[in-house]
Amino acid sequence: MLTATDHETAIETPHVETWQPRIIAFLCNWCSYTGADLAGISRIQWDPSVSIVRVMCSGRMDPTFVVKAYRLGADGVIISGCHPGDCHYQEGNYKALRRVHLLKRLLIGFGIDPERLRLVWVSASEGDQWAETANDMAREIRDLGPLRLPT
Amino acid sequence: MSIDIEPGADTAAETTAKPKLALYWASSCGGCEIAVLDIKEKILDVDAAFDIVFWPVAVDFKVKDVEAMADGEIDLCLFNGAVRNSDNAYMAELLRRKAKVLVAFGSCACEGCIPALSNTTSRAATLDWVYQESPSTDNPDDTRPQERTVTAFGVLELPEFWETVRALDQIVDVDYFVPGCPPQAHQIWAVLETVIDILQNDKPLPPKGTVLGAGDRTCCDECPLVREEKKITGFKRVYEIIPEPGRCLLDQGILCMGPATRSGCGGLCVSVGVPCRGCYGPAPNSKDQGTKMIAALASVVDSQDPEEIDRILDGIVDPIGTFYRFSMAKATLGRVAGGPSGDGRGTVEVGS
Ligand code: FES
Repeated sequence: MLTATDHETAIETPHVETWQPRIIAFLCNWCSYTGADLAGISRIQWDPSVSIVRVMCSGRMDPTFVVKAYRLGADGVIISGCHPGDCHYQEGNYKALRRVHLLKRLLIGFGIDPERLRLVWVSASEGDQWAETANDMAREIRDLGPLRLPT
Repeated sequence: MSIDIEPGADTAAETTAKPKLALYWASSCGGCEIAVLDIKEKILDVDAAFDIVFWPVAVDFKVKDVEAMADGEIDLCLFNGAVRNSDNAYMAELLRRKAKVLVAFGSCACEGCIPALSNTTSRAATLDWVYQESPSTDNPDDTRPQERTVTAFGVLELPEFWETVRALDQIVDVDYFVPGCPPQAHQIWAVLETVIDILQNDKPLPPKGTVLGAGDRTCCDECPLVREEKKITGFKRVYEIIPEPGRCLLDQGILCMGPATRSGCGGLCVSVGVPCRGCYGPAPNSKDQGTKMIAALASVVDSQDPEEIDRILDGIVDPIGTFYRFSMAKATLGRVAGGPSGDGRGTVEVGS
């Protein structure tokens, strides 16, 4: 019913020697995505293992998206929103904060290192911070190695 | 192919006239069986409409009788219980072959239910607890069940106990799902009535994969309590509070799974002040009950400060056991890591 199709579409984890981390970053439209855009315009390099998905607000991040990303082959997930007080929708980032805190507890319960999920605040003017966040996460995930979810 | 005609048996005309019904229990508590009988005298209507060809709890047909049937000979099979050993899997595959319509009946078959909570631990730990560590166990020789035991009277075999508990549709193709722990009697009757109507009046079957005998909203939508969408500063366990009657339990800080649970039970628990435990499975359009619950709970926690949030969340004692109490076999994250990878069917040696 549910997981079967997910399993089918999941990407095979390649062999250890050739392994590169896959990190999915969900960036809010108003601050963080613009920040990453600025990093691009400013030609700041960041780790290519980080792939960006734009969402309207970090508060749009249903925890289901995060676990589904892991199930489909992500080794790490970044959620990035506007700084506290700056959310375009007033409170979305606080909601994200509470969700991430609870979700991390769930990850620990499942035996998954909570460092595989990171919530950060990146404003539209913080292109270099974005690149730093991406690189830092990629380093962390390289240290942790591939996430092999049990089926 | 041989045709069995026993002297004194019903005439072939009569037995073939009625559609054939099978009910089976795999890894379950038996509650689903009782729930079927909870339809009371209507069970006679079921008997009038169907020829019951297999129902271990109530009638004396054997597995070999099912094995002897032609493929697709059973019209409807209600299969309750999760799949946690090789015998459960054998029966699932057998009944799938023999039944035209296979229904995952009850929470265990739909999403693992209580048996699947053992996906939070390993097979070895489960067996250690049951046969050695539990306080009431006295087993000085550490006797363990063996899959094969040679005795003077022949070889005795037991099913293989799996590492990971599965829902029915993770093992075989399933046509319909009837959730609930157990499904409520009025819902069971509604499902059977629909099936009888379809069979007798040649109506089309609902689309494959349909959830039958349940609502298409959340438990909250059926709840008689008044929700004010209050924010809470702490969670309370049921023994710590006498809930104020008429008020939403979540508003009072009691962890109620209503927002993440499918409707259909009629708000049975919540109407008597007991929080929803989530037995009707994930709400419509959601696949993962646990993460949906996290989404819902994050909205009611009244804090914007990381430390304070953590203090409030400390009140949730067992996140997995609470959020996936009935749906662990369908958790997106799979099982709790630690078991062998692969198909999860266990390679650990039993016994010494
Ligand atoms: S819009 Fe950026 S976090 Fe809400």
